[in-house]
Amino acid sequence: MSLRGKTAVVGVYEHPTRYAPHMTQYQIMTESARGALEDAGLTIGDVDGLCTAGVGPMGVIALANHLNLRPCYLDSTNLGGSSFVAHVGHASAAIAAGLCNTVLILYGSTAASERFAVGTGGSGAFGDPPDAYEAIYGPTVVGNYAMAAMRHMHEYGTSAEQLAEIAVTTRRHASLNTAAKYHDPITIEDVLASRVVSSPLHLLDCCMISDGGGALVVTSAERARDAKKKPAFVLGAAEAVRHTGVGHEDLLEVAAAQSGPKAMAMAEVSHREVDLRMIYDSFTITVLLTLENLGFCKRGEGGAFVSAGRLGFDGPCPTNTDGGGLSSNHPGMRGIFLVIEGVKQLRGEAGARQVKKCAVVLCHGTGGVISRRHSGATLVLGSSF
Amino acid sequence: MASKDYKKPLPHLDEENRWFWEACARHELYLQKCASCSTIRFYPRALCPSCLSSKTEYLRASGRGTVYTFTVTYQNQAAGFRDELPYVMAYVELDEGPRILTNVVKTPPDAVTIGMPVEVVFEDIDEGLAIPKFQRARA
Repeated sequence: MSLRGKTAVVGVYEHPTRYAPHMTQYQIMTESARGALEDAGLTIGDVDGLCTAGVGPMGVIALANHLNLRPCYLDSTNLGGSSFVAHVGHASAAIAAGLCNTVLILYGSTAASERFAVGTGGSGAFGDPPDAYEAIYGPTVVGNYAMAAMRHMHEYGTSAEQLAEIAVTTRRHASLNTAAKYHDPITIEDVLASRVVSSPLHLLDCCMISDGGGALVVTSAERARDAKKKPAFVLGAAEAVRHTGVGHEDLLEVAAAQSGPKAMAMAEVSHREVDLRMIYDSFTITVLLTLENLGFCKRGEGGAFVSAGRLGFDGPCPTNTDGGGLSSNHPGMRGIFLVIEGVKQLRGEAGARQVKKCAVVLCHGTGGVISRRHSGATLVLGSSF
Repeated sequence: MASKDYKKPLPHLDEENRWFWEACARHELYLQKCASCSTIRFYPRALCPSCLSSKTEYLRASGRGTVYTFTVTYQNQAAGFRDELPYVMAYVELDEGPRILTNVVKTPPDAVTIGMPVEVVFEDIDEGLAIPKFQRARA
């Protein structure tokens, strides 16, 4: 059985906050729920499924309590930042199987106001078996991604300028998104002149830390026909992990190499048919590796693929039109925003950054840490099927 | 116990890895080799994930390898590491095959390159604990 055309995302909401010391994480999630249900033309009483991640070991129960919900389907699978992309697949499977009808997916975080240094602050000691051989060496999140960038440069001659191209185009998109945190245009020179956080990655190769949150409403394709706005049909979904295995892994092969083809096969779409790519951009190298591993270009050709503004919303390969984690928002686990922007683009609601012809969107979330352990979740959405 | 001045995380010793750290304390680096399917594995585990066999051979590593990739870390707020910036984190590909995360030490950070031959050097934390790191191989 395939999920193709069985369900749709009918409500989305991106919380406008980027810094919210006056709000709680649960408040951000509740306001986001209100926004997405309003967007869908539904009420809280219609919700019988609830998904979230990043709220503590049994946080989904607390969240149900906070919303005074009694859902019959619950999922708090935590794959890191890709979780919410994966939740759309899980929710769709549950709906298609008749377990529930309408699922609310929520995310909220106050990482910035708590001054949580996501990329450079932790010891990396999470207490799982492999950590014993890693945390002792000071593996920052940015450091692990930097090692992938260093290896890519070594194998393929990818340059710091090419990585910077991604940051520059993404900032251009942010300048067209009033909700984005950073609007001022930047140049390749600006990226290269910013300080090196972990070589070869500069500060402007790294996502920000913000507060924020968002919500999605997923329901059956049948119910979606009655939704307030144009449904974004789920065409394909898949997830994967990559890790250090027994020590023989190729660090440039990321989870997208497995989840991408699987989701696209389910969706019955080719690369050429994808109008917009929403790719988790924790760092510039994350985007380059993901595009290669998804098959939008050959391995090693990512540097040329992202250059000359080709990822621009008005270019040949529109990517990350909301301004991404690099320039719009990154509260720690950004996957939900990939789906929100994808849906807005499919509806034609993206304003100044609207991709002209947008009928198929591919979202790919990366969670955890490339070069260490990470997950990938691919979701293909379409305006029809 | 490590001195209270040592602020970095310490390896968590358990029933699957205690032997590995005891060997490190003797300044010996070990890998495991599956006695059933011959897969060499790192990090230490009781069972071979390839064939799920419990039959394990213990393979003393030469301690030699090359830098597979690395980064010079300029920012880390975590205790212990922030006092040692910049430091080099690297994956070293051992001559026996596995790639292991480590620090390249006693080598100027700007001298480190991918492919550079390195050799293991143990940092003694206390009598019962030493951490394997790598330095540029002596000719």
